[in-house]
Amino acid sequence: MSEETKKPAGKKKLELDPRLAEYRGIWVFIEHERGTLHTVSWELLGEGRKLADKLGVPLAGVVMGEPGEDTRRFCQEAFYHGADHCYLMEDPLLKDYRNQPFTKGMTDLVNAYKPEILLLGATTLGRDLAGSVATTLKTGLTADCTELNIDVEIRSLLATRPTFGGSLLCTIQTLNYRPQMATVRPRVMAMPKRDTTRSGDITEHKLSMIESDIITKVLEFIPDQNTNKINLEYADIIVSGGKGLKKQENFQLIWELAKVLGAEVGATRPLVQSGWVEAGRQVGQTGKTVRPKLYIAAGISGAIQHRVGMDASDVIVAINNDPNAPIFDFATYGIVGNAMTILPALTEAFRRELANRRAEAVAV
Amino acid sequence: MLHIVVCIKQVPDSAQIRVHPVTNTIMRQGVPAIINPYDLYALEEALRIKDKFGGFVTVITMGPPQAENALRKALSFGADDAILVTDRAFAGADTLATSFALASAIRQIEKNMPVDMIFCGKQTIDGDTAQVGPGIAKRLNLELLTYISSITSVSAGKKEIVVQRRSEGGVQVLKTRLPCLVTMLEGSNEMRFATMPNMIRAARTTVKRWDRIAAGIEDVTKIGLKGSPTVVSKVFAPSPKTVKAEIVQTESNEPQDLVGSLLMRMFTKFPHVREELEKSATV
Amino acid sequence: MEKFDAIVVGAGPSGNAAAYTLAKAGLSVIQIERGEYPGSKNVQGAILYSDALERIIPEFRDEAPLERHIIEQRMWVLDDDSYIGTHYRSDAFNQVPYNRYTILRTQFDKWFSEKVSQAGAMVICETTVTDLIMDGQRVVGVRTDRENGDVFADIVILADGVNSLLAKKAGFHPELNPGDVALAVKEILFLPQETLESRFNVKEGEGVVIEMIGKITQGLMGTGFLYTNNESLTIGVGCMLSDFKEARIPPYLMLEMMKNHPAIKPLIEGGEMKEYTAHLIPEGGLKAMPQVYGDGWMIVGDSGMFVNAVHREGSNLAMTTGRLAAETVLELKQAGKDMSKSNLAAYRTRLDDSFVMKDLSKYKDMPGIFHANPQFFTTYPELVNNAAKTMLTVDGVDKKSKEREILKSFTSSRSLLGLMGDAYKMWRALR
Ligand SMILES: Cc1cc2nc3c(=O)[nH]c(=O)nc-3n(C[C@H](O)[C@H](O)[C@H](O)COP(=O)(O)OP(=O)(O)OC[C@H]3O[C@@H](n4cnc5c(N)ncnc54)[C@H](O)[C@@H]3O)c2cc1C
Ligand SMILES: Cc1cc2nc3c(=O)[nH]c(=O)nc-3n(C[C@H](O)[C@H](O)[C@H](O)COP(=O)(O)OP(=O)(O)OC[C@H]3O[C@@H](n4cnc5c(N)ncnc54)[C@H](O)[C@@H]3O)c2cc1C
Ligand SMILES: Nc1ncnc2c1ncn2[C@@H]1O[C@H](COP(=O)(O)O)[C@@H](O)[C@H]1O
Repeated sequence: MSEETKKPAGKKKLELDPRLAEYRGIWVFIEHERGTLHTVSWELLGEGRKLADKLGVPLAGVVMGEPGEDTRRFCQEAFYHGADHCYLMEDPLLKDYRNQPFTKGMTDLVNAYKPEILLLGATTLGRDLAGSVATTLKTGLTADCTELNIDVEIRSLLATRPTFGGSLLCTIQTLNYRPQMATVRPRVMAMPKRDTTRSGDITEHKLSMIESDIITKVLEFIPDQNTNKINLEYADIIVSGGKGLKKQENFQLIWELAKVLGAEVGATRPLVQSGWVEAGRQVGQTGKTVRPKLYIAAGISGAIQHRVGMDASDVIVAINNDPNAPIFDFATYGIVGNAMTILPALTEAFRRELANRRAEAVAV
Repeated sequence: MLHIVVCIKQVPDSAQIRVHPVTNTIMRQGVPAIINPYDLYALEEALRIKDKFGGFVTVITMGPPQAENALRKALSFGADDAILVTDRAFAGADTLATSFALASAIRQIEKNMPVDMIFCGKQTIDGDTAQVGPGIAKRLNLELLTYISSITSVSAGKKEIVVQRRSEGGVQVLKTRLPCLVTMLEGSNEMRFATMPNMIRAARTTVKRWDRIAAGIEDVTKIGLKGSPTVVSKVFAPSPKTVKAEIVQTESNEPQDLVGSLLMRMFTKFPHVREELEKSATV
Repeated sequence: MEKFDAIVVGAGPSGNAAAYTLAKAGLSVIQIERGEYPGSKNVQGAILYSDALERIIPEFRDEAPLERHIIEQRMWVLDDDSYIGTHYRSDAFNQVPYNRYTILRTQFDKWFSEKVSQAGAMVICETTVTDLIMDGQRVVGVRTDRENGDVFADIVILADGVNSLLAKKAGFHPELNPGDVALAVKEILFLPQETLESRFNVKEGEGVVIEMIGKITQGLMGTGFLYTNNESLTIGVGCMLSDFKEARIPPYLMLEMMKNHPAIKPLIEGGEMKEYTAHLIPEGGLKAMPQVYGDGWMIVGDSGMFVNAVHREGSNLAMTTGRLAAETVLELKQAGKDMSKSNLAAYRTRLDDSFVMKDLSKYKDMPGIFHANPQFFTTYPELVNNAAKTMLTVDGVDKKSKEREILKSFTSSRSLLGLMGDAYKMWRALR
């Protein structure tokens, strides 16, 4: 029996206000900056595909940028990742992200083609743009969502997000306004499979602005140094430390284990605040959301604000000397003991394990 | 002289919030209210500009009567004037309705003294949306500068500002015209420790209270619950993980034995973790 | 330079009582509290005795955040796995005005402080008084940890709690003797209202207090307590600081063991811990009391050792001493007299005339007796519990023999003379 037929009979299908019914289809803003695409866009297309299929409407990507190969390539990639259609706005004024032209461009697109749902990544760019566009469109916007669904009967987006520091979740709807907008946290939606057999068509739209209309100028762009760029969000193995490590010197034990494992290093907020590690390594509500295959947490209590950033990890190993630490409530494996002695032992054990493996490989 | 308006919000200290284990509702009782920590960066930046170029700092908040405490605290740090926008009609506002009310109140402030800059925090720790700042900017048709990590220069005469803005892959250096709205990034500065004379002055200052009419709002359909397109349809606790950690123990409980046992168990049950290790390990 | 009529250091019950009384009478008052907000640093097992507050704010019942009024008092003597005790419950306790309430200090102090502000005092938080400013022998103001932080006044009232660093620094107060202070640890355990009410057999708004002595303190001199709040329980245990030091028992462990006592565990079952706190209580009584006034200064509340350890009363003495100090100031102001030591002696007279000094002198020997006679906390609880067990076990042994067995158990643990001596000591101290 399918989901549809199980629904209780007699519940009348609500008629959508005809003014709202004009709005159709789901859009995903394809975010890129300086030639680099933000993968949250693909995660959103994956999720958007599911929603579009439930509603029986097309899924479209919105690509805005300066004319050139990149924008065309991103449209192509959007099709591979699930889009049926792309709206493309090319203009030299869209070279760098600036609020004013992007807000105008996006607002014009929405007013011209009327999507019922518009999704953006909850990145610095996405939140800046979404907050502005929702105001110019006078519609509802739900920030930083971790789950999306549809109430098919009333064609309403169910946007779920953490609230009160992650201790609760809430579901938010925009009932009488269109489009329904949401920004979505990177790394919480699964990445869809790239399917190069897919294709779609492109609608181009002009940005009706000239440079002198735009008040804010970009003087310079200072890229983050690639050498020490932290790749926490996409790491497959992460070793993280917390206040239980007691002294900054002891954090070295985390680095040593990470080195053997080829892992990224993370930390809790108190460590970032006391300057032991860079801010970019903070995992949690006000830091990064990660979903590695293996997350090793040493001296971390597992406060909710930390937990929300990492509990989607496949396997969590927790080392804590307090058997009642909350982290043991959701870790996969727990070792009750002193991190300062367990960590070196763990480093050694992994080193040996990997050496053995390599020896076996050579022997065969 | 620059006139800077800083938007602050009083929020429950989320570190101390608990969920009622039975009813699943938020237990706010006894949870102290604080100034949204991100707003302190905005306030401090405004005070620094005032110290440097001379100026006047007005703090404003929309909230219940108790929010007066947050304003008083802002006064003690050195703000010159404080306005509490409070009215039952504001209850239940989402970000669209909040930015409408604040924008309207700021227009009223402007009637007495033109506003050069509006400062907001990056986001609040309760709403967590980062939407109110952009909302106010759009409504007042101001230049919007979000996620600002530092203010490089302000030219009061030329009415120009140069800032550094955090973006995903780097830092944008932006130049724009005043008036503008800035949302400050965390860590951009550290709030000062109020002086005793300022503490005393703050205790003596009367915080202005504006109701809907004083804030210049006639149309009640734009504020509060009525003016909010979003509705919260459900609040619930995250489904707790039912399986607790498998605690690794051995006879000796020596570190070497513990980690040995851990690896054995983990690799047996999760072979893909082992494969992952082989892929990424370097040594 | 700011000059006020009075400076009150601390916003606990004593400081609030003083500041409220002074401000209400129209004096310019500045109250300085180091906590983030009044109540943020205050811990209390949380029984509020109405009388002391009623004399300051008669209408408090309608406004203050009160949890439950007490209708039942239990006193338990525990050994390792049993307890013997009395329960006193009376419907008279259910008649308004109620005599005692449970409160949560964080909320209560906040409310009290709001009253202080409304009365017109200036309440300055997050500010620590670091020093007293002297002019010769006379205190003329306080120095705080803020920039330009000196504040001046005719009178400085020290209401800064048990560890009054200020009084010590100024030499008004000797170092605390660890034998004169108790260390109490307590937890607040969350429990749904319905569960709590059925477990303690009370209706909405009604509460129970359990006072405990015996093996739960592991042989140290001290007591345990359990109070019912609206949706939570307060459970705690306190012992003399000197004993903790000697016995090397960590206080939290003592509390943990107490929570596992078979008589207590079922009462707190399922409680979710909301707060754990440790705090000192001055229990030296009259003999440990410092000089409480001098030129330009007075001491009120815990910092003056105004605590009745035997009856676990503190906040009522704190509020009363705060009020009396304020009334002394008002009287002197009215008469146009200055705040010299000789004029402030009127404070001491007021104290002597009140229940405060009367009670404290009544129990002045108590701490010493308990301290010198640890058997009150070890041997006796075991003996009385065993006695009860022997009598109540129906096993074919006749009652007469059982009585003999019980008496023997008493005399073999302690000589008859010792027993009589103990009884006399107790009688003397409590008389
Ligand atoms: C608005 C807000 C946002 C926040 N955002 C974040 C966020 O994004 N990320 C984040 O991490 N936090 C965040 N926090 C902070 C969070 O609430 C916790 O305070 C923090 O996660 C705790 O860090 P910790 O586990 O390192 O320290 P603690 O909670 O102090 O835990 C230390 C742990 O180490 C254990 N330990 C001690 N000694 C040893 C030893 N020798 N060996 C092994 N274990 C030992 C202890 O038992 C304890 O469990 C936020 C808080 C707020 C209010
Ligand atoms: C576990 C426990 C249970 C108790 N149970 C009860 C009970 O059931 N009933 C009862 O009546 N009493 C009880 N008491 C005793 C009662 O709590 C105290 O007697 C009472 O709080 C004393 O009030 P106070 O105002 O003198 O001091 P406090 O309440 O300690 O207040 C002192 C204030 O001064 C501030 N301060 C200190 N130094 C400075 C400084 N240098 N500058 C600025 N501010 C400063 C502190 O932050 C604090 O807020 C209990 C005590 C404990 C520890
Ligand atoms: N009720 C309010 N009153 C004043 N300022 C607010 C209010 N709500 C939000 N703000 C400002 O807007 C910023 C972003 O808030 P938010 O969109 O809720 O994350 C905050 O950091 C404040 O500066």
